[in-house]
Amino acid sequence: MVLIEAYNYLLSRGDEIWVALGQHLLLVGVALGIGIVLCVPLGVLTSRSRAASLAIINMANALRVVPSLAILFLAIPYFGLSFTSSALALTVLALPPILINTDAAFRTIEPPLKEAALGMGMTARQVLWRIEFPLALPVIVAGIRIATVEVIASATLAAFIGGGGLGIYITRGFALFDTSILLVGAISVALLALTAEILLGGLERFVRTPYG
Amino acid sequence: MDYIFKNPLVVFQLLWQHLFVTGIALVVAILISLPVSLLILRSRRLTTIVLGILSAFYTIPSIALIILLLPVTGLNEWSVIIALILYVQVILVRNNVAALNGIDPVIVEAARGMGMNRRQLWWRVQLPLALPVMLAGIRIAAIVAIGIATVGAKFNAGGLGRLLFDGIAQTGRYDKIWAGALAVAALALAVNLALVALERYFSYTRKIQQRAAA
Repeated sequence: MVLIEAYNYLLSRGDEIWVALGQHLLLVGVALGIGIVLCVPLGVLTSRSRAASLAIINMANALRVVPSLAILFLAIPYFGLSFTSSALALTVLALPPILINTDAAFRTIEPPLKEAALGMGMTARQVLWRIEFPLALPVIVAGIRIATVEVIASATLAAFIGGGGLGIYITRGFALFDTSILLVGAISVALLALTAEILLGGLERFVRTPYG
Repeated sequence: MDYIFKNPLVVFQLLWQHLFVTGIALVVAILISLPVSLLILRSRRLTTIVLGILSAFYTIPSIALIILLLPVTGLNEWSVIIALILYVQVILVRNNVAALNGIDPVIVEAARGMGMNRRQLWWRVQLPLALPVMLAGIRIAAIVAIGIATVGAKFNAGGLGRLLFDGIAQTGRYDKIWAGALAVAALALAVNLALVALERYFSYTRKIQQRAAA
């Protein structure tokens, strides 16, 4: 059975899987970290102007249409086969979902809510942090969840461009024509994606419940 | 760019393979999604369960899903095509269900009251009203399929991804990487535009406006 072979291969390599998992998480963490720091403030800004919103959302949507493998491989001519290439390309892939969701979250807040808050004497800053942000949070987290699952998947492809991560089992499996090694990569990365989806789905539900 | 102009036939053949793999997968996926959608619409619980299972498939990275099928289908284009069919199912079914649920029950009642039978109701009321949202699902599925078919090149399915993988296998062939990336990006953007236009064409609000203007 291929599955048993895969399991034996996994055991025979000792700690390698944990190192690969660590690299994978580091790639995903860097891409998401940069994505969140850039796109959440940018999304708040674009949501204030209809024109800016339209322009940037169209750009983000066009970027989403381009296959992720193409974006990953285009980093090679500039940054070579490396971790940097992979991290940068993955960051580009993390941007659209976070930006689109943040923009939508802030744009769809009911104006009367903001007016009421201003009428109660809140400053613009208080309205942003105490009214708008909590209301927008579930949709922002949903964007981060979508970005995370996409980046985990694309980080698997990063092994092709020297980024390491769980995808190394897949490149090695192809190099050695060995399905059991391919399966080690496939199963581990599938479990990682499903875990991330469940955890972030839970977080999304948690921030959705109104507090107070 | 140079590579595309110097080897138009190679690129054209890979483009054709790419379209073949995504086209077959999409047609089969659409044919499966329609009866599935109509079936699960009868029960809200069934809808939740089936959509839950399908979205779990979608969460699995596409390359992993193809590999999981390898022991069954072997290293050829069929493992890619079957993975694609499974993968886009949730997009299609979710949009079909949303489209059909989104029809105002009053309209259906009015059509019944006018004496339409079930078949007339489906072809002349429900399908035209649901079509734009269903087409939106097909568009997203097509884009996702084009992206995954690029990875499919690694599994002997051919397609434009071959240029990308050849580009890194042969050191310094950045021209191939550029050619592959540009061609596949252009393909995805073109298909997206074409399907957006199709959605607009079938939009009933547009039809109503046209009729009002005439």
